[in-house]
Amino acid sequence: MKISRRDFIKIGAKGLLAGVAFSSVPFLLQGLVKNSSRAIAADGGGLERHNWGFICDNEKCIGCGRCVVACKKENKVPWEPEFNRTWVERYIITEDEKIYVDSPNAGRDGFQDFPPKLDVPESEVWKSFFVPKLCNQCHRPPCVTVCPVGATYQTHDGVVLIDQDHCIGCRYCIQACPYGARFFLPELGVVDKCTWCYHRINRGLIPACVEVCPVGARIFGDLNDPAGTLKTTLAQKRFYVLKPELGTEPKVSYIGFEKGVY
Amino acid sequence: MTGFIFPNEGVIEWDLLIVIYPYITGLVAGAFVVSSLYHVFGLTRLKPVARFSLITALAFLLVTPLPLVVHLGRPERALEMFLTPNLTSAMSAFGYIWFFYLIILVAEVWLVFRPDIVRYASSSEGTRKTVYTALALGMNTLTEESLTVDRRLIKVLSFIGIPVAFLLHGYVGFIFGAVKANPWWSTPLMPIIFLLSAIVSGIALLIVVYLIVTRLRRAEVEHRCFHFMALWLGGFLTVGVVLEGLEVFSMLYEQEESWQIISQLLTQRIAFTYFGIQFVLGSLLPLLLLAATALFKMEERFKTGLAFLSSVLVLIGVFAMRWNVVIGGQLISKSLRGFTSYAPPLWGLNGIVVASIILLLPFIVLAVLIYFIPPWQEEIKPPERRGLGYRASGLR
Repeated sequence: MKISRRDFIKIGAKGLLAGVAFSSVPFLLQGLVKNSSRAIAADGGGLERHNWGFICDNEKCIGCGRCVVACKKENKVPWEPEFNRTWVERYIITEDEKIYVDSPNAGRDGFQDFPPKLDVPESEVWKSFFVPKLCNQCHRPPCVTVCPVGATYQTHDGVVLIDQDHCIGCRYCIQACPYGARFFLPELGVVDKCTWCYHRINRGLIPACVEVCPVGARIFGDLNDPAGTLKTTLAQKRFYVLKPELGTEPKVSYIGFEKGVY
Repeated sequence: MTGFIFPNEGVIEWDLLIVIYPYITGLVAGAFVVSSLYHVFGLTRLKPVARFSLITALAFLLVTPLPLVVHLGRPERALEMFLTPNLTSAMSAFGYIWFFYLIILVAEVWLVFRPDIVRYASSSEGTRKTVYTALALGMNTLTEESLTVDRRLIKVLSFIGIPVAFLLHGYVGFIFGAVKANPWWSTPLMPIIFLLSAIVSGIALLIVVYLIVTRLRRAEVEHRCFHFMALWLGGFLTVGVVLEGLEVFSMLYEQEESWQIISQLLTQRIAFTYFGIQFVLGSLLPLLLLAATALFKMEERFKTGLAFLSSVLVLIGVFAMRWNVVIGGQLISKSLRGFTSYAPPLWGLNGIVVASIILLLPFIVLAVLIYFIPPWQEEIKPPERRGLGYRASGLR
């Protein structure tokens, strides 16, 4: 079969066009994906460009419980003490090194009465301190691994969220969380947990619990911001995370950590 | 509640329904293993119950998803498990494994019972004839050639069925065993322990139901087959008990941080259901009884009675085991400093009444199946009496 020069150019041009069109498909798709996620946050940057982190300073916490109240109000968490996105624990260590822990009403109403339920005479108390708790937004979250339908997921800025319109309420994630951070909402039939106030931090605000803390025991910020309070505090202080042996790589760092705090 | 628990831990999230779910799947796997011992491994002494065990497995498999769906917070979203599965989740595999197993089991039941169905279709009249003609799916040839093809297919299906049955139940164990947050669950032994207790409970169930149904039919009990099942029950039970013991013994020996709370769980919180029911009543006692039936000469009636009693005890013991794992694991606070408490409510969706109804359902399904496709083959010769030694066991 002979091909004339005219046909050769025609076929060649078509082939070239098809090749270009075909090879551009991945780029087109990539562009679509990129564009679709480029929402503009209130602080001027794109969403999910941060790498959020959190510090709880046990040496500063006074156990007033304002964080618990603020969280419940901000996130419409049921007022009952069985539902908590954040809570405060009190540790009491006696002279003979016995550790007593309590969290009356999850710390919502403070710790005014001493000792409320624990049978520890005041004279035997060796030391006592408070530990604020919230979702650790683990870098390797076991709750996300076990969700059968992918309703709980990790954002690119490192926060673990729940799509409550997708959650089937099997509660496997509650079992998988080593920190007791998740809870079931019986009225909605789905699971809930702390989001570090994702709706606030994407508007350039800080989480409600951080905002109301009167002593600065909670610090929130961007781990990628070397000049930020979070990173500079971490640079100056010794810190620790909860249950590091489980390999979940928690992103809440604790200052003033004590043996026996889980 | 005693000691300290995290504030969100006050509620036991996986309740009675999640206790009966692995119980039912276990019975499926166990019943199927018995039918496979005959169909694949050629243990001909099990022939009288081979067809029966197959439809028992099917009856229980059909009910398996029910407690799960009832337990969901949003049951209307249950199909999301199929539509948007998160493949890193062991739970997301459930739907697929269950469905695959259902196909295999239905196909096998159909092939095994096809000659009967075709015969009923030609001999019965009216509505029954319509039902059987539909069930035959137009495959009405019963030549020697077609039956040979059937037999070969049955063997292939049982062969595939074994790993899938193991997968179905091993995965249930994995769901618990892979939760690193829970020291009482997190052990790689969990799937194997679940598997063995599944086989044990399945054989025990067959022994119990077989004896009752045979009495109801006023037929004669096939003693050889019956005691052969009891022998296998004893064997699997021994391995199961050893593994369950090994799990706790290694925890005791390693003395990790979590041992203190686990030992409190075993000796204080679930002492009765763990040592009392699961270990003594449900494992040790049946083992002794079964050993007695194998070792001592006794009247056949008495021997059958003891095997029956052991099987009932095993069924209770395995239920206690499911309880001790599912509920026991959630009683421990993840703070390792205290316990929550649980008593199932009587009424409500997750209450004792609903759970009992769900547990009863497979027996109703089984009765319907037996009505339409009776698994009994009356042409079997009357039982001969032989010892339960190795040579007589069919394990050549």
